[in-house]
Amino acid sequence: MRNKTSIFLVIILSLTVAACGGKKGVKDGDEEGVSTTALGDGTGGMGSALGAGGDLATNNKVYFEYDSASVTDESRLLIEAHAQDLLNKPGTTAVLEGHADERGTREYNLALAERRAISVAEIMVAYGVARDRMQTISYGEERPESLEHNESAWALNRRVVILR
Amino acid sequence: MSFCSNTVNTLRRAGVLSMLAGLMFYCVNANAALEIEITQGVEAGIPIAVVPFEWNGPGAPPHFVSDIVESDLKRSGRFDTIPRGDFLSNPHDHLQVNYKDWRLIKAEALVVGRMQRAGANQYQVEFRVFDVFKSKQLTGFRYNVPGKSLRKLAHQISDIVYEALTGERGAFDTRVAYVTLERSPTRTRYLLRVADSDGFGAVTILESKEPILSPAWSPDGERLAYVSFEQRRSMIFVQRLGDGKRDLVSSYQGVNGAPAWSPDGRTLAVVSSREGNAEIYTINLQNKQTRRLTNHIAIDTEPAFSPDGSSIVFTSDRAGRPQIYRMRMDGSGVQRLTFEGTYNARASYSPDGKRLTMVTNQGAGYRIGVFNLDSKGLLVITDTTLDESPSFAPNGAMILYATQQGGSGVLSAVSADGRVKQVLRFQKGDVREPAWSPYNRKL
Repeated sequence: MRNKTSIFLVIILSLTVAACGGKKGVKDGDEEGVSTTALGDGTGGMGSALGAGGDLATNNKVYFEYDSASVTDESRLLIEAHAQDLLNKPGTTAVLEGHADERGTREYNLALAERRAISVAEIMVAYGVARDRMQTISYGEERPESLEHNESAWALNRRVVILR
Repeated sequence: MSFCSNTVNTLRRAGVLSMLAGLMFYCVNANAALEIEITQGVEAGIPIAVVPFEWNGPGAPPHFVSDIVESDLKRSGRFDTIPRGDFLSNPHDHLQVNYKDWRLIKAEALVVGRMQRAGANQYQVEFRVFDVFKSKQLTGFRYNVPGKSLRKLAHQISDIVYEALTGERGAFDTRVAYVTLERSPTRTRYLLRVADSDGFGAVTILESKEPILSPAWSPDGERLAYVSFEQRRSMIFVQRLGDGKRDLVSSYQGVNGAPAWSPDGRTLAVVSSREGNAEIYTINLQNKQTRRLTNHIAIDTEPAFSPDGSSIVFTSDRAGRPQIYRMRMDGSGVQRLTFEGTYNARASYSPDGKRLTMVTNQGAGYRIGVFNLDSKGLLVITDTTLDESPSFAPNGAMILYATQQGGSGVLSAVSADGRVKQVLRFQKGDVREPAWSPYNRKL
């Protein structure tokens, strides 16, 4: 699993870098943002690699397992696409809102949801986005997407929303 | 209300209540701020008769003190209040009491009294408590109070009756803080409220469009610390109840949460992720100096001081899942306390420091547990699945917590042994985050 993930990451990173490398705009004064270009030797576009779909404004939610802040491989693609978009649009920023489901205590969930937002931010940083272009906010279990009290509602509520 | 009590008691006497145990069963009082629903019967309550106090005066008094006393005693789970319709006489003082009348209806204790006007908006109230078997008065007092204090006085009388008959201090003259959420298609409104322990007299002390959570009473009962998202992220405030003035005490980057008071009221333990991860800090409220107590890559949250101020319990997932740990005041000597169950969180001490109440999941949902610090045994005292935010009454006899009923949050109280449960049904909104106050100052 770990191996698969890292190989996957390398591919994604390569794709990212390839895509970034083609754009002069990356040199936007955001020094950290361009630091990963040294890795770049990939070829090809990223469109096919992205299972996440095109519209980032609506495709902006990363979902999590119960009591976990680990990002799934599938979500990694989505985060990568957002990272790419941030790199393509120098000067823009993102807000990463962490959320939890209602189970368990509110304060633990506040910390857990923050950890989820930070997980997403850390992946973005790995893709080359400067940390100071992202703000993480935890809402804990206070802003559920679904108000129901069942497994499918909880699955929807365990999320990080990437707001641009 | 008396109709309601009569109904419950008649049913209980008829043996019907046990058959209804699994059903929703509650009484509605049109004037009540809340409805009390006894969800689990009382097997061993002391049979008590509370005779309606005699009222001498024109019109009606602002509050019928005896109604409040009867309701308090019933709600405690320690008493079985005898319906007024069964009474053979209605005495108001010791000279009028005929013990035989009370033995016949199997009352073990009797409360009688009088109210009368004693000036402009001033009332004289007297009451006496009798032991029916021993045919003697246990205690009795007379008071002179303004009309606005009658309700508080009634709770103080309940406390005296409770102590005279159980030997333990009562906790009726106390308050609860809680948060209600009113959600409609057009607006969302969070209210931080403070009410009497029976839910009456609720006052909103903060209103916000953004979430409010974790209200915590100062040991003197004069301030509340809480977390508010009013500036679109979590920050901790301390608000004085007397004048509504408040201080922002923690607004660092990241999460600011889980405020807990030291027993001397000078220090708040809080959670902050300012250094990248949720850790527990203390803030000296006089000089605002902070001190970091935990240092671990895990989530460390929900601190609570021991009553003697020597240690802090907290929630940490450093072993994989949330469990309860204890450390000294300086953060040293961290020791894991709970091993039963996959999820133990939000622990707080009983007033005597011997037990903790916490949220526990032993595989059947999130329930309220009581952990004995000596035996290390964990007793699960609720049977619902989304229970949260437990806090002990200041006398340690009851635990107030939040649960879900009919898809909405409600407050519930359970005796610390799990024997008696009751739902406090506030009428509006989704109710959560209850916190039981310390003892109030006397009138």
